[in-house]
Amino acid sequence: MDAVKMKNIIKKFGEVVANDKVDLSVKKGEIHSILGENGAGKSTLMKILFGLYTRDNGEIYINEKKVDINSPSTAINLGIGMIHQHFMLVNRLSVTENIIAGQEPIVNNIFINKKAARKDVKDLAERYNFKINPKAKIEDLSVGEQQRVEILKALYRDAEILILDEPTAVLTPQEVEEFFEVLNTLKEAGKTIIFITHKLEETMEISDNITILRDGKKIADLKTEETDSNELARMMVGHEIDFSVDKKEMQSGKDVLGLEGINAYNERSFLNLKNINFKVGEGEILGVAGVEGNGQLELEEIIMGLMNFESGKIYFKDKDISHYSTSKRRQLGIAHIPSDRLKRGMIKGFNLGENIILGSEWQKPFAENGILNKDRIFKYSDKIIKDFDIRTTGSRSSASDLSGGNQQKLVLGRELSREPELLVVAQPTRGVDVGAREFIHDLLLEMRSEGKAILLISSELDEITKLSDRILVLYEGKIVANDKADKFTREELGLLMAGHEGEDIDEKQSTK
Amino acid sequence: MKNKVLNKIKNMSGWTDLIYSLFAIVVAFIIGAILIKISGYSVKTAYTTLFNGAFGNTYNFTQTLVKTIPLIFTGLAVAIGFQSGLLNIGAEGQLYWGAFATTIIILIFPGLPALILIPIGIIAGALAGGAWAAVPGYLKAKTGAHEVVTTIMFNYIATLGTTFLIKNYFKAAGPVDQTAKIPEKARLPELMANTGLSWAIFVGIATVIVISYLLNRTSLGYDIKAVGENASAAEYGGINSKRITVITMAISGAVAGLAGSMIVMGVLHRFITNFSPGYGFTGIAVAVMGKNRPWGVLLAALLFGALEAGGMSMQLFAKIPKDLMTVVQGLVILFVAAPSLYNIITGSKDTKEVEV
Amino acid sequence: MNAVIDTIFSLNTLASAVRLAVPIALASVGGTFSERSGIINIGLEGMILSGAFAGALGTFITGNPWLGLIFAMFAGGVLAAIFAVFTIDLKANHVVAGVGVNILASGATAWLMQVIWNRRGTSPGVKGLPEWGIPFIKDIPLVGPLLGKQSPLVYIMLAVVISSWILLFKTPLGLRIRMTGEHPEAADTLGINIRKIKYFSVITSGVLSGMGGAYLSLGHLNRFSSGMSAGRGYMALAANIFGQWNPLGGLGASFLFSYTDALQMRLQSLNLGIANEIIQMFPYIITVVVIAGAVIRSRPPEALGEHYDFKK
Repeated sequence: MDAVKMKNIIKKFGEVVANDKVDLSVKKGEIHSILGENGAGKSTLMKILFGLYTRDNGEIYINEKKVDINSPSTAINLGIGMIHQHFMLVNRLSVTENIIAGQEPIVNNIFINKKAARKDVKDLAERYNFKINPKAKIEDLSVGEQQRVEILKALYRDAEILILDEPTAVLTPQEVEEFFEVLNTLKEAGKTIIFITHKLEETMEISDNITILRDGKKIADLKTEETDSNELARMMVGHEIDFSVDKKEMQSGKDVLGLEGINAYNERSFLNLKNINFKVGEGEILGVAGVEGNGQLELEEIIMGLMNFESGKIYFKDKDISHYSTSKRRQLGIAHIPSDRLKRGMIKGFNLGENIILGSEWQKPFAENGILNKDRIFKYSDKIIKDFDIRTTGSRSSASDLSGGNQQKLVLGRELSREPELLVVAQPTRGVDVGAREFIHDLLLEMRSEGKAILLISSELDEITKLSDRILVLYEGKIVANDKADKFTREELGLLMAGHEGEDIDEKQSTK
Repeated sequence: MKNKVLNKIKNMSGWTDLIYSLFAIVVAFIIGAILIKISGYSVKTAYTTLFNGAFGNTYNFTQTLVKTIPLIFTGLAVAIGFQSGLLNIGAEGQLYWGAFATTIIILIFPGLPALILIPIGIIAGALAGGAWAAVPGYLKAKTGAHEVVTTIMFNYIATLGTTFLIKNYFKAAGPVDQTAKIPEKARLPELMANTGLSWAIFVGIATVIVISYLLNRTSLGYDIKAVGENASAAEYGGINSKRITVITMAISGAVAGLAGSMIVMGVLHRFITNFSPGYGFTGIAVAVMGKNRPWGVLLAALLFGALEAGGMSMQLFAKIPKDLMTVVQGLVILFVAAPSLYNIITGSKDTKEVEV
Repeated sequence: MNAVIDTIFSLNTLASAVRLAVPIALASVGGTFSERSGIINIGLEGMILSGAFAGALGTFITGNPWLGLIFAMFAGGVLAAIFAVFTIDLKANHVVAGVGVNILASGATAWLMQVIWNRRGTSPGVKGLPEWGIPFIKDIPLVGPLLGKQSPLVYIMLAVVISSWILLFKTPLGLRIRMTGEHPEAADTLGINIRKIKYFSVITSGVLSGMGGAYLSLGHLNRFSSGMSAGRGYMALAANIFGQWNPLGGLGASFLFSYTDALQMRLQSLNLGIANEIIQMFPYIITVVVIAGAVIRSRPPEALGEHYDFKK
């Protein structure tokens, strides 16, 4: 029978129609993938199923009975559990506390029965072969372990239907394999699994049935064994995707950026960067591969002067910039596309013109002696909006009105138009639709042929392999590999990203 | 054509803010009316004496303006802080030191000509207020100490400190804890005899113009607002947010200090201990009402000045305690800080989060 | 000099400090509840003041200070409820709303004093809460004078601190409150009613602060005096931060503040040659020092100050 049936679901957020008459049928005991690009409406649909959003129209049937799901409690009572893309875990509390909150075992009618709670968690974990320490604090766990806690949360509430939102986004290829084993164990236990993703290969590997969403509409229902990646890609995007890329062979020139013996400790993430050494030359893209959370943020911020480090040196074209302020580094010709563009990259409350001069507000031609020249600012801003195809009503409109892809273009427009010599770009296409993604990749390659040095930090392996001349792999704050891009296979990269040793890094490092 | 212009005006955020603020006043006054009714008085009498007391005749209007002047400064001071995400609750203490510095420096150099004495008095007041605010600013930047707690503590220290200094070092003969009067040449010329209304009003408007220019047309103003909107992004752009915190607090304190200077040079002509009926705190209501915009602050200051002047009249003639106006003030702050209320009542969907 | 040292260490001063800690500690625990659920409560000062007023009023009307205490808790709770509506449902900026609440309370108490008693400055005197002598304990040396004979609110305060600690760290409600303040979305996805949790926490902070205010008008003085909270609500805020959002820590920090308060009162009467105003500054200066030092190492609840979108 159908464990889940959603009929004619409509959901609007203001003017935007996130779900446009979507139908979904999921059979009991199957692994069902909901496939689509960013913004296709997949998360919205599942959040409706889990009661986090209320649908504007349509019907939901669980185990063939019509239901109204208005809150997560209702969903939980119906046996639905959701594992979110951004974990819903409280860092400071323990594994047990996170799992039992809301359904605590009680003693004496008042107190939480901590012993019973811990035992319940332990037993549950053993039943599904999870290794987890009930007393550990979430902030001390690895990402993979945290994900397992999230799954346990759902199982603790007797979830029979599990919804997983982009579960492999934060895992290495090897952890993904382990994760698939978990899914199969759950399937064998009779659970129904719905899996939201934009990754074609994984869908092909693990799912039984696929539903494709695009621009809020349901495009197709397919049996996995009856289709292939190309067909899926075509339906996801609506046109043929060219997976190939035209990358000129470049002779990289003088060194532009150099890091020597950098050691750092980030108190917020408890991460140590250990002995970081690498160089980036003119006309070269150095890709930093790795699963997010292995030191990429620290690297990005240290280079830009936003985070302190304990020892080591940073060089920019033979100049020691280790103690330069962020402002000075930018003035030297270093541009930064930050991984968190909302937090670091733009000011939502400012208009586009003001955002485009961020960092240059004291400089000519935008200001003279500390007095702003609004005409010149808006003229410049208009030009950038045009050059970078930013969809907006104008320079004076608020940056908060921009979509994700256009926000990224704003940041790129600002940074690239300053004609930097070094570009530090992190997660450039995250949350950006396919069209904008191609645009951004082309831009980066163009800068490369103009002789700029680019440090590309990305957790999307495909992006790294497509664009990079050399690749660096970060694992737990250490560089575990550094070599020309064509010297790696995808499997090797996956292993390195997961911490499995290839050869010693010194042996692999070719002379530069 | 006309519709196009109207639509353009409507879309300016200043317009929506004005509506929100007016809405808040109306609701606050309705609640005030209910309270008046409950306590057994006539709402009609109350509000008419209130209005007359503020605007009924020329003399009353001058009193409204006299009460408005300090609020322009304290309102601006708080607004400047808010624009950078700082809650300067210390305008009260800053204005005390401003008043003190102005008085003392004039009394120490009575021989100087007016052309020098007046500017020196003003500058001293600004510097004193600025310094007093810069310390909590520095503590916030260095240690993260919340400026709400530190500036409030500094208020108490300021009132105690100025009282101590006056009583022990600068006391004029007589029973009252106050200084001697400042010489005539150091006083701001009166605009109208025996009203207390002086050129201070022009200094106030000039300050509004200067601060508006600073915030909207200078690079420093850009930095101040950037830090207030998104300190992380400001740092990313190379702005030293800690430095901006201290600078903003200093500017804010300087303007608050000017409030004290103006009271001394324009009205009291001396320093009297505990002279402020809470101008620093009312300044918070003024800033919030004025949506932290200098010209909005000017209008809001006028409103609250009218409430003060009218309130005294209401107390005298309608026997309604003027503390009721303080209640209205508190309500206004609450309502202005919650624009969602307006949306809920009018059913509009625009949930732009108005950051105060 | 000897007199000063004697005063610093005298049991008299310490006993007084224990008493004066009541309003600060109660408000501090209130602040802990509110902030643990994610709401910054600057309005503690106004809630203490309202409690002080209502306590005096209630005692005046009924002649019974215990009923006055109930009035005080109710007033604090009502003010907190208003604050809660604005911050939780109307998405007001927490700090601005808190300042508004304080101004509201200051105006309302002064206005009501005139409307009800036709007085400005102080209310008529009311019957205060009688002291409790705990048999047996009051005769133990050292501890006796400190804890054996005190206002009943001292004992209530201790009971509140301990039971609040138990509630926050050992019960389901406490776990849910903490989760709401750290990660409301996580709590929401577990089916926890975060709106109710926030309302509960904020109103509790008002009730407790009101109780603290009752101490001022029914235990310390036997009347309401305009502005009598005198900054204690802000000290309570600092105490909560210094105590790391833990009721026991908050009690310790409150005691530090109340001790300097007790000390300054006694030093004034010693005629030391230091002006009274300077001595009176001590508690405020200590608060600044404490908060500047405490914040460096503090870890507030992660979602403190944020608004949560309930309807989607």
